[in-house]
Amino acid sequence: MRVPLSWLREYVDLPAGETGRDVAARLVRAGLEVETVEQLNADLKGPLVVGQVLSIEELSGFKKPIRHCFVNVGDANGTGEPQEIVCGATNFAVGDKVVVVLPGAVLPGPFPIAARQTYGQTSAGMICSARELGMGDDHNGIIVLESHHEPGTDAIELLQLVDEVLDIAVTPDRGYCLSMRGVAREAAAAYGLPLADPALLDVPPANSYGYPVKVADPVGCDRFVARTVTGVNPAAQSPIWLQRRLQKSGIRPISLTVDITNYVMLEVGQPLHAYDRNRVDGPIQVRRAQDGETITTLDGVQRKLAAEDLVICDNTGPIGIAGVMGGASTEILDAAAGPGTTEVIIEAAHFEAVTVARAAKRHKLPSEASKRFERGVDPEAARAAAQRAVDLLVLIAGGTAEAGVTDIAAPHPLRTIAIDADLPDRVAGTEYGRETVTRRLQEVGCTVAGADIAGADILQVTPPTWRPDLTDPYDLAEEVIRLEGYDNVPARMPTVPPGRGLTEAQRFHRRTGVALAGAGYVEVNNYPFVGEAALDALGFEKDDERRRTVKLVNPLSDEEPALRTTLLPGLLGALRRNIGRGNTDLAIFETGTVFLPKEELKVAPRLPVDRRPTAEQLASLDAALPDQPRRVAVALAGERLPSGWWGKGAGAGWADAVEAARTVARAAGVELTVRQVQRAPWHPGRCAELLVGERVVGYAGELHPRVIKALHLPERTSAMELDLDLLVADGTQRVSGPAVSSYPVATQDVALIVDSAVPAAEVEAALRDGAGELLEAIRLFDVFTGEQAGEGKKSLAYTLRFRATDRTLTADEASAARETAVAAATARTGAVLRGA
Amino acid sequence: MSAPNKSYDPVEVEALKPEEVERARDEAVAAFAAAGTLDELKQAKVAHTGDRSALSLANREIGALPPQAKAAAGKLIGQARGAVNKALAKRQVELEAERDARVLVEEAVDVTLPYDRTPRGARHPLTTLAERIEDTFVAMGYEVAEGPEVEAEWLNFDALNLGEDHPARSMQDTFFVQAPDGSADSGVVLRTQTSPVQARTLLDREPPVYVVCPGRVYRTDELDATHTPVFRQVEGLAVDEGITFADLKGTIELLVSKLIGDGLELRWRPSYFPFTEPSAEIDLQCFVCRGESVGNPDRPCRTCSSEGWIELGGCGVVNPRVLVACGVDPSRYSGFAFGLGLERILMNRHNVADMRDMVEGDVRFTLPFGMEI
Repeated sequence: MRVPLSWLREYVDLPAGETGRDVAARLVRAGLEVETVEQLNADLKGPLVVGQVLSIEELSGFKKPIRHCFVNVGDANGTGEPQEIVCGATNFAVGDKVVVVLPGAVLPGPFPIAARQTYGQTSAGMICSARELGMGDDHNGIIVLESHHEPGTDAIELLQLVDEVLDIAVTPDRGYCLSMRGVAREAAAAYGLPLADPALLDVPPANSYGYPVKVADPVGCDRFVARTVTGVNPAAQSPIWLQRRLQKSGIRPISLTVDITNYVMLEVGQPLHAYDRNRVDGPIQVRRAQDGETITTLDGVQRKLAAEDLVICDNTGPIGIAGVMGGASTEILDAAAGPGTTEVIIEAAHFEAVTVARAAKRHKLPSEASKRFERGVDPEAARAAAQRAVDLLVLIAGGTAEAGVTDIAAPHPLRTIAIDADLPDRVAGTEYGRETVTRRLQEVGCTVAGADIAGADILQVTPPTWRPDLTDPYDLAEEVIRLEGYDNVPARMPTVPPGRGLTEAQRFHRRTGVALAGAGYVEVNNYPFVGEAALDALGFEKDDERRRTVKLVNPLSDEEPALRTTLLPGLLGALRRNIGRGNTDLAIFETGTVFLPKEELKVAPRLPVDRRPTAEQLASLDAALPDQPRRVAVALAGERLPSGWWGKGAGAGWADAVEAARTVARAAGVELTVRQVQRAPWHPGRCAELLVGERVVGYAGELHPRVIKALHLPERTSAMELDLDLLVADGTQRVSGPAVSSYPVATQDVALIVDSAVPAAEVEAALRDGAGELLEAIRLFDVFTGEQAGEGKKSLAYTLRFRATDRTLTADEASAARETAVAAATARTGAVLRGA
Repeated sequence: MSAPNKSYDPVEVEALKPEEVERARDEAVAAFAAAGTLDELKQAKVAHTGDRSALSLANREIGALPPQAKAAAGKLIGQARGAVNKALAKRQVELEAERDARVLVEEAVDVTLPYDRTPRGARHPLTTLAERIEDTFVAMGYEVAEGPEVEAEWLNFDALNLGEDHPARSMQDTFFVQAPDGSADSGVVLRTQTSPVQARTLLDREPPVYVVCPGRVYRTDELDATHTPVFRQVEGLAVDEGITFADLKGTIELLVSKLIGDGLELRWRPSYFPFTEPSAEIDLQCFVCRGESVGNPDRPCRTCSSEGWIELGGCGVVNPRVLVACGVDPSRYSGFAFGLGLERILMNRHNVADMRDMVEGDVRFTLPFGMEI
């Protein structure tokens, strides 16, 4: 809602020196979101005056028509002599009143005006267009004023060029502030000044000879006021003041009758519609649309109506979608296009908010009218608004008001709310007292009656008709607190009972981030949106379970209509983005949820809100949601350890990805085991399945060369993805402190030859089991294949560290343990002692 | 008592003459002093203290002396050998010190060499900002609650007093999840706010409830410098007996002082959210211009767009209807709730000009934030 300060002052006598910013600050503190305060023509400087064109000489020989004019500007030029001006516009004639800017003036821009030579003539000033004066983009040539203005009159004042406009974002509960009346009421309360309510008008009572109207749906339309005006001059223009107020409010002037309906809507908040009476066929009817009915709306679009749409009809069918937009067939006609409209029906109706909201949404037609009806319009303002429109049509369009007044009103019972006089105190945590509470509620427009019910101090409050949002005692408490000022509420701390701190899972999630960042990974956050292309690029088979996705109805991009089932598409995208920007050695990670549809897809019910749902009802909500486990993933490319003056570095590879998983597992306090598998999107020979016990918790390895190619990633790009929820579930065991032996260590090396296909993990496990409890640690220090190992074989060299807790081991004991270890490895993996 | 020595050499050997002993001693001391390296010293040591050295031989001869001469000769040679060993040890220390000094100089390196062998990592500042806020509240006794990002419409809207036709429901541009039949009537959305966690928490436990809920939320905005369709909020909720707007003010003021610092004014602006009443928007005085850019075209402020204030988030006293929908008795309990946008706080707290940097995952953006902010 754009509010010109000059207009606002008509209803509230604001202090003279008060600027737009001052007023904005007060309104903001009362809860109106003033987004900007626009300074209109703050840098405009006169003289800018009314002039009368005395003579026009058409100059020829130029690329466009040029006029050499003499203009009477009264005494404004100091001499009283005609002013010589060259002008490029042609839409004026000798005798017309125009707006002249004289040398010394500064137009918005800033654009200083001086006398100059042009087209071989002297031009001492300019004849102005609307655009040059910051009056909008309308540049149909220069402004021609009505003839009664005197030459020399100050045009800055006449055209109300200098003003301030407050642009207010009105929240949904404050429909009444989509009007000057509503904003003025807030301003009056904020300044403690009286309000001149523009809706307080003398209105003749309803009678039986107004335009016939039948309301078939009193729920959808509980008020319908119709008035008729005849003898309207179709050629009459809107006066400057009206045009200017509309322009400043952001509405383009169209024609006098339409301008008046818009003006009254801005003034009192009641959307009006004007029909050309001669184009309306028979009585007006308000009803729901019938299937198959259509209407061509004012914007020229033919629309199919739905049975839920509330429509205004005549004998020919729908002539308007109630509260949304009128129809083209009964539109007010301009005199320019033939015989214009001379007889007007003014409609001021009240439509149900939900009906209008749904119709506006269904037809994608958010209009000034629908915006107001959706948020609630004062049903009692309809009569006054219609009257105001009639008055203006009579006053400035030369019309005659007909005596008939149609006013169909469904009963509108007033709601009375009982509120504890101290409820605002209890909500705010301060003391206002009964008197303040009563006064503030009255300022809002409530009537307040005191009552002592069973010893309790209760106020009986009847909210005003323009505040449909005030429905319970808390709504009223809010009004008191906001008008008294949030700044005046004291600050206090609640007494919070001791909490449990972070949960194990929360602490683990933090450790995961710290551990990976400590290991050199940089955290990224990606959008969870994916499309088929991303899943194809990862090489998922047609029946891969990761292709079963949660899909969006209205995705940002049709290319990515689904939610991720793996973190990899986003993560690899971020990797590529970084590489594209010249960051070559990369290790990044992400934690976040993936979205896995349940086996059986269900719809979440809409439960009642007037009580706590049952446990079954709540379970039915969760049953409709996908599983949303929390994952962590890493991706690496380039060098993991850079080369440098210290020597050669190491490229990132499958082992780094597996180690990243172990890093996370250590943060969870669990041991990962690793199994060789084949799974997209990993390299079939370089993919590790990660397990805790027998449970698979993730995968790691080098990406499949095809995936790398499809995603334009560097060779050997590697990645890991792990389910954090599964790790937390396993990682809650408490560690027992080990007994640290101070006896000497006995170290023995062993080199084993095994088949190439035997996993090192199995050999190590066998050695561990075979060595028994004297084994303190085991470490693989060399792997090689080749001639020395033999065809299809590999050599694994281990260091075994033996130690006892209670004595110094003898060499024989250590050797015996080593032999049983090797024996176990031989038995389980076919390992042969090298050199044996 | 030892037996008298009968097998003494009747001839007094030359070496046992005092002047010979003194000469041998002096030669040894001179040789040690002359040794310029540890190797030379080692040779001198062998020559002057070894088995074949004059003093060693003389020492051996003592046994051959008549008993009456033994004591004097022993004393003489003992003193000489003591002096020699002392001179040797002294020279040994000197030469070792010289060698050490030389070797350490040779081993010197350029310690200003760069070392980026260990890759550096970092956590995303939005993650660590959320943790910092969590920690502030956990220290007060709050707990951290979580909820799903794909959420039931009932929890995201209805339970929060946003009925089907509520205008605020269209204010928030919601991603809807497809129903099994492909329609939009799944009753499931991407949560538009972290507030459904409020409802979940109240449904889950009895008051008193003091929780903060960080998380990702979704709205159908296009990504630009100040908007992102996926962003983060931290929700706070306190439900207890006697909770008031004053408690909310105190809590938010404490948070701001911990998070951003003292000395900046807070502005409490009445606003509208269906799930709180009264509702407020909290604005923080612009920490760059401190309001001096307002109406001052000569001093424009990019941070606050010359408005003097920066929006922190929304808050209010929990609407009793929300309590009712969650089975909490509003005649006994009241509460407050707030929701803060983390991206905006990060922009303000750390001078981030463009929200896209938080989204695109460029490591150059994240690295400087390190492990904590």
